[in-house]
Amino acid sequence: MAEVALQNLNKNFDEVYAVRDVNLAIHDKEFIVLVGPSGCGKTTTLRMVAGLESISSGRILIDDKVINDLPPMDRDIAMVFQNYALYPHMSVYDNMAFGLKMRKFDRADIGRRVQEAAQILGIEQLLQRKPRQLSGGQRQRVALGRAIVRHPQVFLFDEPLSNLDAKLRVQMRVELKKLHDWLGTTAIYVTHDQVEAMTLGDRVVVMRDGLVQQVGEPLELYNEPANRFVAGFLGSPAMNFATVRVREADGVLWAENNGIRIRVLGQTAGRLRRHAGEQVTMGIRPEDLHLASAADPLELGFDAVIEVVEKLGSEILLDVAVGETTMVASVEPHVRVGVHEKLRLAINPERLHFFDTTSEVVI
Amino acid sequence: MTFTTVAAPRSYARTPRRGPVTRLLEDERWLAIVLLLPTVVLLGLFIAYPFIKGIMLSVTDTKVGVPGHFVGLQNFVNVWHDGIFRVAVWNTCIYTAIATIFKLALGLWLAVLLNNNFKGKAFTRAFILLPFIIPTVLSTLAWKWMFDPTFSVINWGLYRLGIIDHRINWLGDPDLALISVIIVNVWRGVPFFAISLLAGLQTISPELHEAAAIDGARAWQRFRHVTWPLLLPVTLVVMLFSVIQTFADFQLVYVLTGGGPANATQLFSTYAYQIGIGTGLLSQGATISLAVFPVLLVVVIVQLFYIRKAETH
Repeated sequence: MAEVALQNLNKNFDEVYAVRDVNLAIHDKEFIVLVGPSGCGKTTTLRMVAGLESISSGRILIDDKVINDLPPMDRDIAMVFQNYALYPHMSVYDNMAFGLKMRKFDRADIGRRVQEAAQILGIEQLLQRKPRQLSGGQRQRVALGRAIVRHPQVFLFDEPLSNLDAKLRVQMRVELKKLHDWLGTTAIYVTHDQVEAMTLGDRVVVMRDGLVQQVGEPLELYNEPANRFVAGFLGSPAMNFATVRVREADGVLWAENNGIRIRVLGQTAGRLRRHAGEQVTMGIRPEDLHLASAADPLELGFDAVIEVVEKLGSEILLDVAVGETTMVASVEPHVRVGVHEKLRLAINPERLHFFDTTSEVVI
Repeated sequence: MTFTTVAAPRSYARTPRRGPVTRLLEDERWLAIVLLLPTVVLLGLFIAYPFIKGIMLSVTDTKVGVPGHFVGLQNFVNVWHDGIFRVAVWNTCIYTAIATIFKLALGLWLAVLLNNNFKGKAFTRAFILLPFIIPTVLSTLAWKWMFDPTFSVINWGLYRLGIIDHRINWLGDPDLALISVIIVNVWRGVPFFAISLLAGLQTISPELHEAAAIDGARAWQRFRHVTWPLLLPVTLVVMLFSVIQTFADFQLVYVLTGGGPANATQLFSTYAYQIGIGTGLLSQGATISLAVFPVLLVVVIVQLFYIRKAETH
């Protein structure tokens, strides 16, 4: 049982804020992911929870107890570092046992816990080895093992998969998820990889420049981004953006620019109406674009010229020029298209996003 | 998009012929010889030749101005029965052991302090090196002045603080003389330890300390279980160098006491100098110098063995 609360949390070095007014209530057993580009304050936030970084102002609570001034060892947390931070001169067993020894567990108990953790992680045969005799993936497991032997209240992960190769990363991602489901310990996970964030997090916190941009379940963030940054950060390939002018004619709302003329429908139109005559940013995800067929109405599509064709096997990504903007469209893998060809793309009208061009907030 | 045309690689047959020297240096065997030559010449001239010459001298009865004859191991027998030589051996061992222990302890302490972040870090680190970069003879003269029975600033300070009520004869008292000489050696040697160990400390990832802190290790435990074992290989190498240098130390003692009073600070090197150059008994001096060799050899072998062991661990 552990709930973690961050209240008005700040970290500043004189005028420079690394973390600014972060408020977050993390539920018991929740797996929460802090994601953002480098320098967004996610790691600093995590290190403040760990007690490795002092708190400029605000409070951190674990189970309603303020831990601001507790040293790391008294916070009952465990942390997995990006570079694993295994003690190079100790065997795998000693690495995992170190925290227990420091906390004066008796030998039998230490042995039992290390064995148990090693079994869960499948590293029983490695216990006598030194870290440098292990592969990256194995080191990662040992680092996890060191964290789980203590049965801490909260797990902290600082980009734990970023040093693994792509294939192993996907595999370890799945295992981490299973491990969390099995242990049920509250976890705070930091990453710059939006795929990791989406797949691992019960909830995802998107940060930029020390500020929390949006908090929510992965699909909530993906489908209803609060601002242009979140919209562009989550999803690969990223959302397409185009600057358009909103025009109202005979009660019908159009989003137009040099190359695009799209009719805006439904609730979106309702929200957009008060921006009539203004410039706004329109966002559409690559998978919400498709090759227009005869069934697609003319006002929900636009002409495009193919610039690059990326065949990924499961889909084809078309980099296209639409007027002055470039966009990426994800189309079916069997479509036959070539560079410089002209084609017509149709949109899914329910999946259009509009953002205020200056404040970048969703409309 | 435009592409620049990439020139096809020229065939080797059309490359211009290179000069004979260039071709010779292209051959790795010749290049190796050329690169090694300066080192071999320097080492041969200044290390190997004096060493062999020393061995040859030690088996003769050469004196200054008198060509010697072969006398076998007579010099070694003489030295063995020489009471002053035994004192010098004992002094050298004490001098080396105590000085090294203090240099290590103080150096490590300084290194750990300097490894922290604080204002003026760069300046302090450079400042620490001062005793090491001032020519030894100069700084030792300053120490001699500080140890002077009449003008000693140390005595003055201790007297003002009410710790002593009479002058201490730092270099005149046989027991104090050795201690004084050791103090100066420690003072001069600490920077080397501090800077080398600091370099070693900086190779230890701060993440390890953070991991240990989260694991529940307190400051002392983090030092004991993380810093010390990871620093051990560097520590051993630094100690190896220091032991060799301290064992063969000369200038410091020569300037401060000249080996006195009554041989209380006589070391291997000062005694060898006194006999060989001072009295002109070249062969006897060479013998004393050579007597250091087996001792140092054992020290070096033992330490290299431990360094290898520490590195593989």
